[in-house]
Amino acid sequence: MTSLLKNIIRFVLFILVQVYIFNKVPPIHQFVKPYIYFLFILWLPFNIGRPGLMLLAFIFGLTFDYFSGTPGLHTVPCVFIAYLRPFLLNLLIPQDTIQLSFAEPSAKSMGWASYATYILILTFLHIALLVFIEWMEFGDFFYFIGKVTATTALSLVLIFIAEMLFPRQGKYRTNAAA
Amino acid sequence: MRNIIAFIRHFFNLFLFLILTGISLGILINYNQTYNVVFSNIASEATGKVGAQYNSVEYYFKLKKTNEDLAAENAELRGLLRSSFESPDTSTVIKIDSLLKDTLGRVRKFLFLPAKVVNNDVSDQNNYITLYRGSKQGVIKDMGVIGPQGIIGKVIDTSKNYCRVMSVLNRNSKVSAMTKKGFYTGLVDWDGKDPRYVTMHNVPKSAKVKIGDSIITSNLSGNYPPGIMIGTIAAIGGDPASGFYDLKVKTATDFYNIQYAYLVDNMIWAEQKDLEAKTLKQ
Repeated sequence: MTSLLKNIIRFVLFILVQVYIFNKVPPIHQFVKPYIYFLFILWLPFNIGRPGLMLLAFIFGLTFDYFSGTPGLHTVPCVFIAYLRPFLLNLLIPQDTIQLSFAEPSAKSMGWASYATYILILTFLHIALLVFIEWMEFGDFFYFIGKVTATTALSLVLIFIAEMLFPRQGKYRTNAAA
Repeated sequence: MRNIIAFIRHFFNLFLFLILTGISLGILINYNQTYNVVFSNIASEATGKVGAQYNSVEYYFKLKKTNEDLAAENAELRGLLRSSFESPDTSTVIKIDSLLKDTLGRVRKFLFLPAKVVNNDVSDQNNYITLYRGSKQGVIKDMGVIGPQGIIGKVIDTSKNYCRVMSVLNRNSKVSAMTKKGFYTGLVDWDGKDPRYVTMHNVPKSAKVKIGDSIITSNLSGNYPPGIMIGTIAAIGGDPASGFYDLKVKTATDFYNIQYAYLVDNMIWAEQKDLEAKTLKQ
């Protein structure tokens, strides 16, 4: 399966799963909301340029927003993590060798510690910005802190489960493709 | 000039990031203020179709509950038929009737359009519902939406075959309400916490309210017929320093499983609005 086809399928699946499964889960508490859709952006291949990455995140966020009926709300954090992703990847993996020999970020290609840091930071930033935009509308500081903490924790658990359920082979890229 | 181009090329990514963020913030702000989305028509036609597909599966699992609701509503409507009352009971019936029909029914005319719910959220801070009935089938903006058990929300956007409803469970939603006993009016909104409860504000402390009292739509909200159930009082609260109660109201509608809704067309509301607008101008 080519990388393009794989990512198109992921695009559709992540939106459908988020909209029709996780958004339908009855809320346990107002702070707890399961989010996993942004994993699509975290799993995008290394070799997409930064403008491409941001445009993809923009389209992905907007599509998701039209399904969930909140145009723009999730798009801003999506573009934000797409913008920060290359910085973070450069920090976490200083040698270019990994980016050249592996297709996309995963525990196998980056090592558990780096990959966990990568997921943790971007998840936290994504949800913090998302809740911050909500907070600008409704304004309650306790709500902001509580929701960021609880929702980030739940998202991390979901991402961990997703990693366990769908192990991705850290495929070596051939030199011809690079 | 060359320096400017070099500058732009150097910071191209940052600019792109700022532009994309700006566009999405623009859409968000525009949507929240006016509910007129740029691509709303195309988008809600497309997402509505997917939603209808999903609902055909979900609907099956909720058939039993839907059936019970509709049967209960039928029984209630049958109970309102004149033929189902014996003569000794008539006095009480006329008393109830005169509130709902005689005094107000003569002034306002309401048409009820049934519609299928194809998409429904409860877990967000701003929840919306999509109904399978649009401008082609006579839906217009600002129509009230009620369910078998009570009110649901109001229409904020229509496309050809679908319409988008702002649910009562929305931070922007405000419904004019009153208590069924004593007609104390107030505003019902949602604090975003629990989808089973809404809050009623502006009820004066002089009002005699009890837990379990019914809250109904008032005759001041043009898009709902007066006397539609909103919920029952679950707790009485409010700042001791203020002169008003905050009533916690358990919603009559179970927002977790709505399958059918009625759009309410107030046929002479346009006339009322015109008159009110004219008075403002003077």
